Amino acid sequence: MAGPSSHADIAAELATRPGAASLRATLVRWLLIAISLTFLGALLAAPLAAVFAMAIEQGWAAYFSSFADPDTRASIRLTLTTALVVVPLNTVFGITAAWCIAKFEFRGKSMLITLIDLPLAVSPVVSGLIYVLLFGANGWFGAWLQEHDISIVYALPGIVLATMFVTFPYVARELIPLMQQLGNDEEEAAITLGAGGWFTFFRVTLPRIRWGLLYGVILCNARAMGEFGAVSVVSGNIRGMTNTMPLQIEALYNEYNMVGAFAVASVLSLLAVITLIIKTLVEGRTGYRRR
Amino acid sequence: MRNAGQREPNVIPGFGITLGFTTFFLSAIVLLPLSALVLKAGGMDWSRFVDVIASPRAIASYRLSFGASLVAACVNMVFGFALAWTLVRYEFPGRKLVDAIIDMPFALPTAVSGIALTTIFAANGWIGQYLEPLGIQVAYTPIGITVALTLIGMPFVVRTVQPALQEVQRDLEDAAETLGAGRFYVFRRIIVPTVLPALLTGFTLAFARAVGEYGSVIFIAGNKYGYTEITPLLIIFKLEEFDYAGAAALGCVMLAISFVMLLAINLLQVWGRKRMMVSR
Repeated sequence: MAGPSSHADIAAELATRPGAASLRATLVRWLLIAISLTFLGALLAAPLAAVFAMAIEQGWAAYFSSFADPDTRASIRLTLTTALVVVPLNTVFGITAAWCIAKFEFRGKSMLITLIDLPLAVSPVVSGLIYVLLFGANGWFGAWLQEHDISIVYALPGIVLATMFVTFPYVARELIPLMQQLGNDEEEAAITLGAGGWFTFFRVTLPRIRWGLLYGVILCNARAMGEFGAVSVVSGNIRGMTNTMPLQIEALYNEYNMVGAFAVASVLSLLAVITLIIKTLVEGRTGYRRR
Repeated sequence: MRNAGQREPNVIPGFGITLGFTTFFLSAIVLLPLSALVLKAGGMDWSRFVDVIASPRAIASYRLSFGASLVAACVNMVFGFALAWTLVRYEFPGRKLVDAIIDMPFALPTAVSGIALTTIFAANGWIGQYLEPLGIQVAYTPIGITVALTLIGMPFVVRTVQPALQEVQRDLEDAAETLGAGRFYVFRRIIVPTVLPALLTGFTLAFARAVGEYGSVIFIAGNKYGYTEITPLLIIFKLEEFDYAGAAALGCVMLAISFVMLLAINLLQVWGRKRMMVSR
């Protein structure tokens, strides 16, 4: 039998089986559904609900006033700035990497793919640590940077670099399998008919990969705005200066300002929910599933 | 069909520039910083290096990080399989919604899931209040760490097992049942062997992610000396003391673990593909 089948096929086929409606099969079915849903409810739904419940525990006024705090506002600005730098750069990188990996055959290709995926395997804390070792006061470039009065660690550039590292593979990972699956035929036709490289990319390739690209960008953005471990190492946790939203959550939480902490958390959770909605829409459109 | 490349010249432009840009960016952002870590630790005095990575506190943290990650990955293997099975084989109200929220831990910031889990598993929390009378304390114990690691590892298992379950050859199951095999026998002899590589890959992915995890763990862990301190947290402590070399040494241990995990995942995937080919 060829290929994976859709859920509808499988369900329809299973229903025709003799014994599908027997008492035992029904019992097993509902038992498994119940176990799965309980597990998911306790582990996923409950924490998500708790975020919003805690955020509005003392009413909407308290909820909204937590965003009036200047440090919280600064953290939102910093997170947006970071994402605004990181996401476009990693998008350009992702498209470039996917183009050279999916369109051409060359030696060392699988090695290149492994290296691009490497940041996913590295602990977030190590991802931050490496930049401290490079640019920190005792780091490789530390003395030189101090001489020229440039601060990277405990400042915006360090936060951007660490975020770039952890979100590095996201766009490339979405695009590589998608572009490999689409093949080269249409681009070859366009080029043979005299179209230029840029024209071919924007008019032939981009329309076909736009949904996968959108999903990769959205996921990259969610991770960029939500990264905690790596950023916490390079940020120095200076309130109102180098605290991103996740770090501000930690600061507020540690001083028992629960409404404040969960209010900021609720914004990031909303972002996660929107990310998932877009992902579901994208999958519905392309029928393409990320593995 | 894809251009074979070797036979006919590839007419698509941009190979040199895209490969060059990719390699440059990769080296600048990923490879150079990672090598700084290795060189920093390599420049240490050997006995000092061993002192740092084999201190009792560090060893307690490895035991905790590995133990909790292992338990979490095992829990995920069981429940993740049940979830994948339910999603692939059954129809029930809300199935699409459940399928969509499986990816939640990928999208939800770790600090958010950390404080949320701590709140609901605290002694007065939504779930914690029912566990407390039973004498089970979750928050600020290794159990809590395991719960957090289970959460972040869950989608890895479900998302690797799901496509494998879809490929189980159901005519084979039907044939076996026609020949008198019971459901459990079919499960054990047909379904499990088919999805085993995917299940093990998912297990390893979840484990690898859990070992390095920081954000969702530190809130629920309580970070008690030698009891609920994970290895990444010790790196943070070293940095706070400006002991860069010590931090680099522990970072190297974590990096080595990452490489071993990557290797294991790649080998498992190769094995899985081979099995797939044989069974066709």
